[in-house]
Amino acid sequence: MVKSIYEKIWDAHLVYEPEDQDPIIYIDRHYVHEVTSPQAFEGLRIAGRKVRRPDLTFATMDHNIPTTNRDKPIADPMSALQVETLKKNCKEFGIECFDMHDPRNGIVHVVGPELGLTQPGMTIVCGDSHTSTHGAFGALAFGIGTSEVEHVLATQTLLQRKSKTMEIRIEGELPLGVTAKDLIMHIIGKIGTDGGTGYVIEYTGEVVRKLSMEGRMTLCNMTIEAGARAGLISPDETTVKYLKGRPYISKNISEEELIQLWLSWASDPGCSYDKTVVIDAREVEPQVTWGTSPEMVSPISGRVPVLSEIQDTNRKNAVEKALKYMGLEEGTPIEAIEVDKIFIGSCTNGRIEDLREVAKVVKGYKISKRIKQAIIVPGSMLVKKQAEQEGLHSIFINAGFEWREPGCSMCLAMNDDRLNPGERCASTSNRNFEGRQGKGGRTHLVSPAMAGACAIMGHFVDIRKWKFND
Amino acid sequence: MEKFTVLKGIVAPLDARNVDTDQIVPKQFLKRIQRTGYEDVLFYDWRYLDDGKTPNPQFEMNAERYKGATILLTRDNFGCGSSREHAPWALKDYGFRCIVAISFADIFYNNCFNNGILPVTLAPETIEQLFHEVRTHENYMLEVDLVNQKVTKPNGEKIHFDIHSFLKERLLNGWDQIGLTLRYEDLIDKFEKRHPLRL
Repeated sequence: MVKSIYEKIWDAHLVYEPEDQDPIIYIDRHYVHEVTSPQAFEGLRIAGRKVRRPDLTFATMDHNIPTTNRDKPIADPMSALQVETLKKNCKEFGIECFDMHDPRNGIVHVVGPELGLTQPGMTIVCGDSHTSTHGAFGALAFGIGTSEVEHVLATQTLLQRKSKTMEIRIEGELPLGVTAKDLIMHIIGKIGTDGGTGYVIEYTGEVVRKLSMEGRMTLCNMTIEAGARAGLISPDETTVKYLKGRPYISKNISEEELIQLWLSWASDPGCSYDKTVVIDAREVEPQVTWGTSPEMVSPISGRVPVLSEIQDTNRKNAVEKALKYMGLEEGTPIEAIEVDKIFIGSCTNGRIEDLREVAKVVKGYKISKRIKQAIIVPGSMLVKKQAEQEGLHSIFINAGFEWREPGCSMCLAMNDDRLNPGERCASTSNRNFEGRQGKGGRTHLVSPAMAGACAIMGHFVDIRKWKFND
Repeated sequence: MEKFTVLKGIVAPLDARNVDTDQIVPKQFLKRIQRTGYEDVLFYDWRYLDDGKTPNPQFEMNAERYKGATILLTRDNFGCGSSREHAPWALKDYGFRCIVAISFADIFYNNCFNNGILPVTLAPETIEQLFHEVRTHENYMLEVDLVNQKVTKPNGEKIHFDIHSFLKERLLNGWDQIGLTLRYEDLIDKFEKRHPLRL
């Protein structure tokens, strides 16, 4: 019988399907961070339960940690307590923890893949919605709430109802200068922030096959912004090449055998999906969000919406509210929007390839005088180290960027990196919600290349026309 | 976990689409390590003026007539964004036990059932009508009957809602998920023996 990758992973992880309750599925990797775990560990303690498989559980701290002065104690006492609590919990329950001084520390969705913890065919969960990132490897990966974190800690399983499957087939070829970030923002613009609700999405087509692992992770990362349970990409040679030799790849099995097993998870040719959406890659332009939901997005050649052109009352109200919050006039050309701050980083675009893209764009330029602050926050210690080995940090610093320590940083502004009320930011992160990057802050989601160009020009530009200094 | 069977209560309107969990509980309140005490931070940025204390008169839910509400009425894709369970914790701490909407985001929907909150999905035209009625009738109450899957309006009109049978049972009985799963611990043991863990 031909099966999709989702069906293969589901079948291989189904522990039991009781008649009167949801199926129980086994979890291969459980990633834990400081924000969504303290109440789960406390729950275990109260009930006198243990962590069933500490060896399948891995912790990192990322949301709260400062991106400057890492040698000093964390200034915010509540952040410090949360970070300390994770450390203590890991010690008490015997879980490996990449704490903020560990050379492997970083954003959980950057760390898992680069250490080789994330592998094809696995089930992976974390108390974090962007766990969908790991789907790039052909792993069924999704975010869960804290009660479910406690459930996985106690049982190494989860109660799950089977999702419907959606194929998003991307045909054609991405135009030059258009990235995986633009592609996923274009897709969200098309299907909406609830377009994927109830589904697991598998991305297929030549475009996906040609994407690097970093690009695939960006695509799967923002799948949650389309409301889907998870995003998946069938593993192939690109996946194998990325994973080979990573530190947490099992040595108990020969490499050849392991590679064969990894590749066997790929969807069978001719498998069926509950729904298929076809995207023409040739239509995709560089994208910029103008509103307070990721679906409020426009190509760079476009304009901010005009209210009188919107028929649906509820939609019109939402757009009006968003434009007011964003401080934008109806019909403003996207290229005319000027920004105050630049944030490059996050689990969406904080990987080495993203930083290389930015370096290509900003090399030999200086950031615009109107930019108050431009920060680059690598996704992990290893990304930082790699970037420095390649000399990227010098390019950034020479252009006027601040080169920071890794963490989630201004993606959600739980540490000190944030926007002040009314400040406008070009951000490579994943959410442009009200107040996400600081109360009253105005976020425009863009690709790393666009954020780099925006830093130089002070406004959005068509990156396809950029003059590179090679 | 607290059981949910029948609830009769005041309805408060939140007239917005795509309400994300960053609005339900902003990130600065995720630094706490407790599971309760979030009632004052629910909808923080919308609910208070810039001083973070004075109720914002523009925020509809702040009106005196919605005081003591236990049912929240809203639109589509409620609870999108982050997986933070602080969102249902805050809704519950504030007093909401039921959320009536056109649709819910996936992770938030699951989180509700782990906190004794019933999310009810109704058709867009029904929601539109309920918004109209809540605003035009003081002290507007609904009765939500999970046993019979019915929402009853003050005029006696009953609206049926769908819910997955297992999720319904969990709320009706207040079942703890971990307890349920641990009944099958021997099967997990067996599964683990044949399943490659790749360590």
